[in-house]
Amino acid sequence: MSAPSTRGETRLVPDRLQGRAERLLKSWEALLLAVAIAIFALNVWSSPYFLDPWNLSDATFNFTEKGLIAFALALVIVSGEIDLSVAAILALSSTLMGLAMSHGAGTPEIVAIGLLTGLACGAINGMLVSGLGLPSIVVTIGTMSLFRGIAFIILGDKAFTGYPVDFAWFGQGYVWWVFSFELLLFVVAAILFAVLLHATSFGRMVYAIGNNAVAAQFSGIRVERVKFLLFLLSGLMSGLAAVCLTSRLGSTRPSIATGWELEAVTMAVLGGINILGGSGRIGGVVLAALIMGMVTFGFGLLNVPGIVMSIFVGLLLILVIALPKLIGRLGRAKRKA
Amino acid sequence: MTHLSFPASSPGPAADMPADRPVIRLAGIAKTFPGVRALGGVELSLHAGSVTALIGENGAGKSTLVKILTGIYQPDEGHIEMDGAPVRFPTTMDAARAGVTAIHQETVLFDELSVAENIFLGHQPRNRFGLIDWARMNADARALLDRIGARMDPAMRLRDLGIANRHLVAIARALSIDARVVIMDEPTAALSHKEIGELYDLVERLKAEGKAILFISHKFDEIFRIADRYTVFRDGEMVGAGLLAETSQNDLVRLMVGRDVGQVFPKVAADIGEPVLTVAGYCHPTEFEDIGFELRRGEILGFYGLIGAGRSEVMQALFGVTRPSKGAVRIDGEVAVIRTPAEAVARGIVYVPEDRGRQGAITAMPIVSNVTLPSLSRTSRRGFIRMAEEFALARDYTARLDLRAAALDQPVGTLSGGNQQKVVIAKWLATRPKVIILDEPTKGIDIGSKAAVHAFMSELAGQGLSVIMVSSEIPEIMGMSDRVIVMREGRIAGRFDREGLTPEMLVRAAAGIGEAA
Repeated sequence: MSAPSTRGETRLVPDRLQGRAERLLKSWEALLLAVAIAIFALNVWSSPYFLDPWNLSDATFNFTEKGLIAFALALVIVSGEIDLSVAAILALSSTLMGLAMSHGAGTPEIVAIGLLTGLACGAINGMLVSGLGLPSIVVTIGTMSLFRGIAFIILGDKAFTGYPVDFAWFGQGYVWWVFSFELLLFVVAAILFAVLLHATSFGRMVYAIGNNAVAAQFSGIRVERVKFLLFLLSGLMSGLAAVCLTSRLGSTRPSIATGWELEAVTMAVLGGINILGGSGRIGGVVLAALIMGMVTFGFGLLNVPGIVMSIFVGLLLILVIALPKLIGRLGRAKRKA
Repeated sequence: MTHLSFPASSPGPAADMPADRPVIRLAGIAKTFPGVRALGGVELSLHAGSVTALIGENGAGKSTLVKILTGIYQPDEGHIEMDGAPVRFPTTMDAARAGVTAIHQETVLFDELSVAENIFLGHQPRNRFGLIDWARMNADARALLDRIGARMDPAMRLRDLGIANRHLVAIARALSIDARVVIMDEPTAALSHKEIGELYDLVERLKAEGKAILFISHKFDEIFRIADRYTVFRDGEMVGAGLLAETSQNDLVRLMVGRDVGQVFPKVAADIGEPVLTVAGYCHPTEFEDIGFELRRGEILGFYGLIGAGRSEVMQALFGVTRPSKGAVRIDGEVAVIRTPAEAVARGIVYVPEDRGRQGAITAMPIVSNVTLPSLSRTSRRGFIRMAEEFALARDYTARLDLRAAALDQPVGTLSGGNQQKVVIAKWLATRPKVIILDEPTKGIDIGSKAAVHAFMSELAGQGLSVIMVSSEIPEIMGMSDRVIVMREGRIAGRFDREGLTPEMLVRAAAGIGEAA
């Protein structure tokens, strides 16, 4: 085919306007990195124990498991949906792992049951959301109660303890020096999810759905299938987090990981994932996980009570989200003046 | 509210009104949008107790005029007079206060509010504490509803009402502001036969109350039934006005379309080959019935009809968005069952929707991602996207359509309507389809982009692509199509060849006017 001959000249539209460096500098991630460095410096200045390698290594446990959940949740949120049942899935997975252990299951079986429970719970969410077309916020608030309720029925006020010794490695093992298995898992998961969201056609479809599900469907994308897969993935990552947390604690109570769904959502939103769907990057979620982990740890070293900690995280979230708007408003006001 | 006491069945004062003294008069009104002159030198007078029909093709400037009358748009030139004195409507509230009100097809109503709240929203009766006087509001609402013969409880939620009753609520709302000028924009488009009869009665009653009514319609039978005067628009200009008693349907049709359409649109003669798409006995429970046609290689098949005739619904069923209840679709002679857009794309059928912003483009995403979205399997290897190939594909197809943009990573939403449409078309051409369905492809886009889209359509057909073009613009249909199918009320109302086709034939088939009329 040749170009239409309505006009004499054919102009080529350039690929990009901004250079790569300029885009990076203006990004949300740059802002988060600055915040992360500031908090790191503050921690170093306020506590002499902060820079100790083993202390820092301990600090990573504050965000590794939540981070695993937040990565998958980030994809769900980018697609315009939400999964509030992640912590309940973790609790149910952990409970069923304990149940299997109490019936004599070995480490491989326990891990498999944890992951499969996560997948099954994710499949239930996915079927309700994409099969029946129900709003995910309602569905996952429902399954949040359902899954944790089952855990409570199984366990009551008791706890499962006495996991096999080799099972402890997932949550307590170190790969090399101060680097734990969980940290390695966090890094690998971060890379995999970043690749999935930013470099594959699946990731592109997730963005398209989150921006305009109707137009995505009209573009030949199987919207419901993509959403189902995302809930499946979210369930699987909650199951994986259940393996890590159960292994690290060495016990299961039905109240395990209470409130983690909100921390995971906070991590994703702080990381620049648009809560309305359609935009955000995994790099931002990684930085948000680091920030939240460092804040928790720093406050812990200073013996700050947990409630102050949650006040701080709440303020941080509002501040970081309000900041770009405030800067934009200031900029406009200056231009007018 | 003094007008509530007006007896509904009083004899019409229309006869006593001096005919030369209009309630509202528009003089020399002009309005230009970037690239488009929507209205120029428009004259329009509305008289008390009289129904004026406003007639014109889609895009003739009728809606722009309504928006100027109701304060949504400001005219660039000209002025509006009420009772001989110049007035201005800087906001919709000013128009409402002056007594001008419009009932649109999609009048904004609120589902979760009651009927009475919808009627009085913004001017609710208050009690002495400044709170809403519910008893009075419900009573006033009931009086208004009684007056227009609507039997419904003012306390009902709007969402529990059907479309016809919603219409009555909209009319009651219009009356609640004591309107003197009532604009009805295709009020019968969504109504059943019985409801239409009731609406006519209502118009008669409003007329008897001395309202000046502007009635916009495409249906000639209804215009002749209820209107007294007519004004015809073509391409944003008034081309005729007078008393309906002194004209005929033929004269009105001629005024509406009167233009030499042969030269405007460049359809290149193409070799038309074997059938590519065959549709037979295609039915939908509510939208269309017994649709059958054949589309050949290299052919442009035009679909003409009034809005709501079911054309888009047929196309969306072919594209797998909605499910037909019956019928067979064959592509290249093979039976094809298409249940999702993804299956349609895989079969080589693509659809450029009319609603660009909602269904066509993902406006927040860059041009390049929009263009490659249905072709991701081609611009990726094992699921991994190749950026260089994405940009190459996007560059190729946007250049062919002469896209005007700053860069390919620019969000589509920042482009003009015409360039957004080029992105959507480029997206589909990149999938190398067999059949491309274009639904109102040049609606709301500037003349330059229009020419580019037309030239490209013609060129594509010349290269063997089959094109279905749904359009409500007669010149576009006549200029571009090899054959034309006219739909009316969900059925095929006529099939025409390019040779010997006249605009009158299309308008008659679409409006259901017999040859003898």
